[in-house]
Order: sequence, then structure tokens, then C-alpha cells
Amino acid sequence: MTSASDTACPVCLITGATRGIGFATAEVFAKRGYAIVVNGHQDSTAVEQVAEDITSRFGVPTLGVTADAGDPDSVQACHRAVFSRFKRLDVLVNNAGILGDGLIGMIGVNQVDRVLAVNVRGALLHLQSAARLMERRKTGAIVNVTSIMGICGAAGATLYAASKAAIVGMTLSAAKELGRKGIRVNAVAPGMITTEMLAGLPAEIRSQRLSAIPLGHFGAPVDVAEVIAFLASPQAAYVNGQILGIDGGMTIW
Amino acid sequence: MDPSDRLRSCFIETFELAPDVDVEALHYQGIDGWDSVGHMKLIAALETTFDIIIDTQDVLDMNSFNMAKEILRKHDVSI
Repeated sequence: MTSASDTACPVCLITGATRGIGFATAEVFAKRGYAIVVNGHQDSTAVEQVAEDITSRFGVPTLGVTADAGDPDSVQACHRAVFSRFKRLDVLVNNAGILGDGLIGMIGVNQVDRVLAVNVRGALLHLQSAARLMERRKTGAIVNVTSIMGICGAAGATLYAASKAAIVGMTLSAAKELGRKGIRVNAVAPGMITTEMLAGLPAEIRSQRLSAIPLGHFGAPVDVAEVIAFLASPQAAYVNGQILGIDGGMTIW
Repeated sequence: MDPSDRLRSCFIETFELAPDVDVEALHYQGIDGWDSVGHMKLIAALETTFDIIIDTQDVLDMNSFNMAKEILRKHDVSI
């Protein structure tokens, strides 16, 4: 956290910002001069370290907020912290999510509840609270992070795909409702990106996935982050309700 | 303007009511304009006027002028 003049620059809240796509997104927005709200759910020390790292490298104000997207009270507390510190929110990147893969017959009820609580309910509550902060200034951009799985599906990913398909519907509906209030809502649908999530896949599956990518390589987190930043930028001022694939042209089965 | 008058003004301006309206008699969906869309406009007006964030459950529970007073008190508004 810094004591810089906080409300002078636009403010971007990134959920799941301590690693992977979220962390890369924090870096890209910081480069563009945004104040960054770094949200992570588990390790408050890691959240604070990322916030301090972003401030030291980019010289922008940051706020670390430890809040679990699966906990509604925690989500509201996150937005109260943003309001208390910055009094404004310009961009929400709804990135936090958990994988929860498994064959259909092996999906437990508790797993369903947890994945939907984080990936769907948490994203919706973040969107809801962010929209109320953005409405005050009649402007804002929300970028949801869905997945190629939510559009195409994949064997062994029924639960995760269902949660990410929900993000597609959420994005399309919110864009229609919030567009009239000056708030744009879009989503990115990453394919295979070199994150811990991808590293956790068996080698055989990774190889299979790679062969389905015409560009011939996995994407990097920054590839996704740059597109998120574009969708939130004035250059995308007339883009609303779009789901943009970032997948190297991948087809999935 | 004291907090009670500011609250009263939020209702009158949001729902375009006559200045002498009995605000204490107002209820959600009891007047033209206080529907779900109007309710969100009211919440935005209250949050801006009193510089607060109203919890989602309180947004859902705020169904009258008097309930709005109660909720503002939670935010240390002397009303």
C-alpha cells in the first residue's frame, strides 16, 4: 500500500491477482498507470507482497485485499475496502476461479457447490458490487474471465465448463443491463495458458491440447492480460457484451 | 442540510415527488417509480449523498423511508 494521491488515477480491481493471468493483468494495468487492487483469497502475506511489488516496480498506488470469492461477506468487504481507500472503481477484472475437473461420475456435491460458489456466485457478487461503485461516475468496464471450456466444453471438465458457461451468460446479460449506465461488460475466453492450472494437467493431455492449437504453442498469461487491458481501455469504448477467445485458434474436443 | 432533510431530498428527487409529500408513508412499489429500477436509483442517491456503501442485504431490505433511516444509522448517520 502507498500513501500516494489515490483518487488521481483510475482504479482497477483484479480478483485472483497473486499469480497466473491475474498477476500478469495487474502488471499490465500498473504499466498503464492504474492504481491496483490486488485480491487473493488464501495467503494475506502473498497478497501484500504482490501489492508492494507492483508499487515498487510501477510506482502506482496499490491495495492488497485478502477475500475469498466463495464467501459473500468477504466479497462485500473487499468492495468496502476499495471504496474506503479510493472512493472509486474504474475496472473490475473478474479473474478468480478454481478448476474442479473430473469425470462426470466422480463429481461430488461438495465439489459442485465450491466450484459454483467461487466461479459463478463470487463473480456475480463482485460484478454486482463493482457496478454499484461504477454507477456513481456513470462509467466503468468489467472484464470477466471465462474459458474456452465454457464455450466448447471438454471431456473431464463438465463442472468447470458449466461454471465458465455461466460466466458467458452473466457477461451477455450484464452488458445489456449495465450498458445503459455507462458500464461495459465483456469477457475473455482463454485457451491453454501457461499457468499452474495447465501445469497440473497430465503430460498426455497437455500434448493432446497442444496439437489442437494452430499457432503451435501455449499462450502466456500476458497474452490474456493485454487483451483484458484492451477491453477495459478507451480503445474498446464501443465494445460491449463480447466474449473474446484468446486461444491461438484452438479447437477442443 | 441535516441528515433527515438530505434523506428526504433523496426520496423526493429520485421519485420526483411533491415537496410536501408524506415520506414516512412511502413503501417499495407503493408509488409510481419505486420499482426495482427506481430502487437502484434511490440506493445510488443514498450512497452518494451519505458517502457510504450499503450492503446487498440492506439494499433488499430497504422497503420504506423508515427502513432507510434504520439502515443509515448502521453507517453512523445521526438521523
